[in-house]
Amino acid sequence: MTARADVRSGEQRPVAVVSFAQADNSRREVRRNEVEMLLPVVSEVLGRVGCTKDDMGFVCSGSSDYLVGAPFSFVAALDSVGAWPPMRESHVEMDGAFALYEAWTVLRAGDCDTALVYSFGRSSPSQLDRVLALQLDPYYMAPLWPDPIALAALQARALIDSGKATEGDFAAVASRNRAAARDNPKVKTELPDYTAVSRMLEEEFLVAPLRPHTVPPITDGAAAVVLAAGDRAREMCSSPAWIVGLDHRIETHALGARDLSASPSTRLAAEGAGLGSGRAAEVDVAELHAPFAHQELILCEALGIDPASGRVDLNPSGGALCANALMVAGLVRIGEAAERVINGSAQRALAHATSGPCLQQNLVCALADDPGDGEGS
Amino acid sequence: MAERCAVVGTGQTKCTAGRTDVSIAGLVREAAKRALDDASMDWSDIDAVVIGKAPDMFEGVMMPELYLAPALGAVGKPMLRVHTAGSVGGSTAIVAAHLVTSGVHRKVLTVAFEKQSDSNAMWALSVPQPFSAPLLAGAGGYFAPIIRAYIRRSNSPDHIGIKVAVKDRLHALRNPYAHLHIEDISFEMVRDSVMLWDPLRFLEVCPSSDGAAAMVLASEDVADASDNPAWVHGMAMRSEPTMFAGRDQVNPQASRDCAADVYRQAGISDPRRQFQVAEVYVPFSWYEPMWLESLGFAQDGEGWKLTDEGATSLDGGDIPWNPSGGVLSSNPIGASGMLRFLEAARQARGTAEAHQVDGVRRALGHAYGGGSQYFAMWVLGADKP
Amino acid sequence: MTTDDEVIMLDTPIRLDYDFSAGEAQSRFLRGLTTGKFLGQRCPVCSKVYVPPRGSCPTDGVALAEDVELGNSGTVTTYCVVNVPFQGQSIEIPYICAQILLDGANLSFMGLIQEIPADQVRMGLRVEAVWKDPSEWGPTMASVKYFKPNGEPDADYDSYKEYL
Repeated sequence: MTARADVRSGEQRPVAVVSFAQADNSRREVRRNEVEMLLPVVSEVLGRVGCTKDDMGFVCSGSSDYLVGAPFSFVAALDSVGAWPPMRESHVEMDGAFALYEAWTVLRAGDCDTALVYSFGRSSPSQLDRVLALQLDPYYMAPLWPDPIALAALQARALIDSGKATEGDFAAVASRNRAAARDNPKVKTELPDYTAVSRMLEEEFLVAPLRPHTVPPITDGAAAVVLAAGDRAREMCSSPAWIVGLDHRIETHALGARDLSASPSTRLAAEGAGLGSGRAAEVDVAELHAPFAHQELILCEALGIDPASGRVDLNPSGGALCANALMVAGLVRIGEAAERVINGSAQRALAHATSGPCLQQNLVCALADDPGDGEGS
Repeated sequence: MAERCAVVGTGQTKCTAGRTDVSIAGLVREAAKRALDDASMDWSDIDAVVIGKAPDMFEGVMMPELYLAPALGAVGKPMLRVHTAGSVGGSTAIVAAHLVTSGVHRKVLTVAFEKQSDSNAMWALSVPQPFSAPLLAGAGGYFAPIIRAYIRRSNSPDHIGIKVAVKDRLHALRNPYAHLHIEDISFEMVRDSVMLWDPLRFLEVCPSSDGAAAMVLASEDVADASDNPAWVHGMAMRSEPTMFAGRDQVNPQASRDCAADVYRQAGISDPRRQFQVAEVYVPFSWYEPMWLESLGFAQDGEGWKLTDEGATSLDGGDIPWNPSGGVLSSNPIGASGMLRFLEAARQARGTAEAHQVDGVRRALGHAYGGGSQYFAMWVLGADKP
Repeated sequence: MTTDDEVIMLDTPIRLDYDFSAGEAQSRFLRGLTTGKFLGQRCPVCSKVYVPPRGSCPTDGVALAEDVELGNSGTVTTYCVVNVPFQGQSIEIPYICAQILLDGANLSFMGLIQEIPADQVRMGLRVEAVWKDPSEWGPTMASVKYFKPNGEPDADYDSYKEYL
């Protein structure tokens, strides 16, 4: 670990998530463009804490030009906030969870007390399988146009061959997430209504060993979070979700050079976030960004969470398997976890976000109702 | 800022029209390795990597940090990718600096690049959107009307743009890394070059380049143990909407606010006298007089006079602007902002070789992007703040 | 054939199709074009009229709800003469790209100027839209052929200088 001990020991003001809002995660948003989707989300997330854009010291967003099909697509999105008078603002071409990371460093540096983080992404307008192929090595992999489901299938196969999981386990993950998604009014991705494992295992393979129930739906969405530091957080929210740990790590790119059945970067990120050595298993809620069913199992192993124990409420939102708005789903995991700390149903929560093919990059966020909880951040 | 931060190493590639000798990974690694060597560090010393570049369409690679992680020694480490249009090189440095000022990391490698010969930059900038008139002809087509408005507003004589173009290419001749080395550059050569977007001539416009820039940013204890660190005295970013009713496109409020913020942090009240050098994002010649005014080096309407009298030239000027040759001499879009920040660091550290300004105590690095709505600036000093 | 030290260059053509949604605000504007009208939209907070409209007011971050019908006349606030060829270009060079402020609007938009020599175009020129034949009107700015001088005296600099 490289964070400096004197800073970590609490001399810094703690930073918290004080508000979260998301658009409906839908199969296809046709009427509204990205700005129009974001407007009500930004309005809601600020309104919940009685703020306007002028109360935000820093604004940071996450999105991808290739999803929109236009360069500089994040520029127009700023209209949903209203960047006047001129504001401190930045953007990462990554999931909003990483924009939240950037905002967290700005607040920790003491530059300001509040930050608005938002992200948006519509997967429906594009030929997503082709677009995502462009994430790959442009010399050796992209020209083959590998399908993202095929790549995920490689990982699922590696997991099965390692003896750590079976197709039945994948179906059990899907069953549990889909049942949870039914109770989530924000999930409108037109999922089939059955959750029985046996029924799922009757589905035809999409790309073996993956059947439709193990694969996320194409999703359009948007989300936003407000961060605040120290006393400002306490003013805005009666029970802030304090970020007591936050870290992210990336693995090498070539799939053949990785053990696809494990997630060492998730384990490292968890350690960096103070949730290593089994501490992740002590949280009340864990929202894991696992777009594919088998990935939830890989992540649980990396975090030391035993899904069968029932101790940790896993993906009560239905997870990314049921709603996977690219560039948004990671931020939604943090929001969903934080929401449960804010509303008192959880004291400690873990949120995870991923980026890249087959869980190449992973972020872990530790949240708690007590800012002093945790090994340090 | 909670913690101090300093630049302890810089590295860049030669910018050219097309680096066909390296892959994208090779290009960034070249700059990164040079920065590490300059910092007397190895890949394993680095805690985190922050990479920045302009739209992915310039190379046809979506989210290139995924592919570049192993090339930049980032495996097992945190890695972020920033994208704030043309200012991205500058904002990337600022994001990296925050990893240090927040106390999260002690040694951060930051890289910015563009390998725009891989795709077609002009197309990528003008991708036609449905329902819109296909008028926009690249960035120049957007900025030329604004320049015309500046000329009108300031009653500037017509030759000022040409003088900037000549000056920056003369500076570039002292910088082996610069793309354009026009040995016989002259006023007449620029004046007689073809008019592209009236009033901008071909030789008043930045080239399209492949290139990469990298720096190692360090915490105070690491910087104290290094040779000649360049200390961050202030850093700021501001954004405003590209288009809104009543917007001053010539001298945007966001530019003035950004400068005011960074000057306040660094204790600058008279930029012309308190800086010894500035590396400022001037992709089109007339932006030098425009930014001279916006950044407070000259009164409103008088920026062109500073240029005209040679104040911004390395040869005899009292406040050289862009001794590296600037964006007018090298423009790998995603890296250009970081090159400004990096060159300011070199000036503050005394490592700018043939284009070093004497006696630099404080240097300004500046970048802007989009439709002049993103601004990023930092002030570096030879002394600890 | 390549020698051992020759770098191999490969071309990877990329073709991507996208379904583009104009969004609600722009759709209203585009429908206006199908009837030969420029429809602006007014911000409920700052009262500025935007054309073409955007999903929200860029300075206030609120939806633009009220449609305002604008006429065909406007002022050239600034312009440039485009002389550079580029991939995907559909208009013959040189051409004049101008910022046109329609009467009643608070934001100019980019338009093509024709029926005047390039060296006579100037800031403050008064222009009017030349529409295609009504049978060719569609939900696109291409329903307007170009803008031409309308013969009125140039607009006073003060009247448009804040729109630069």
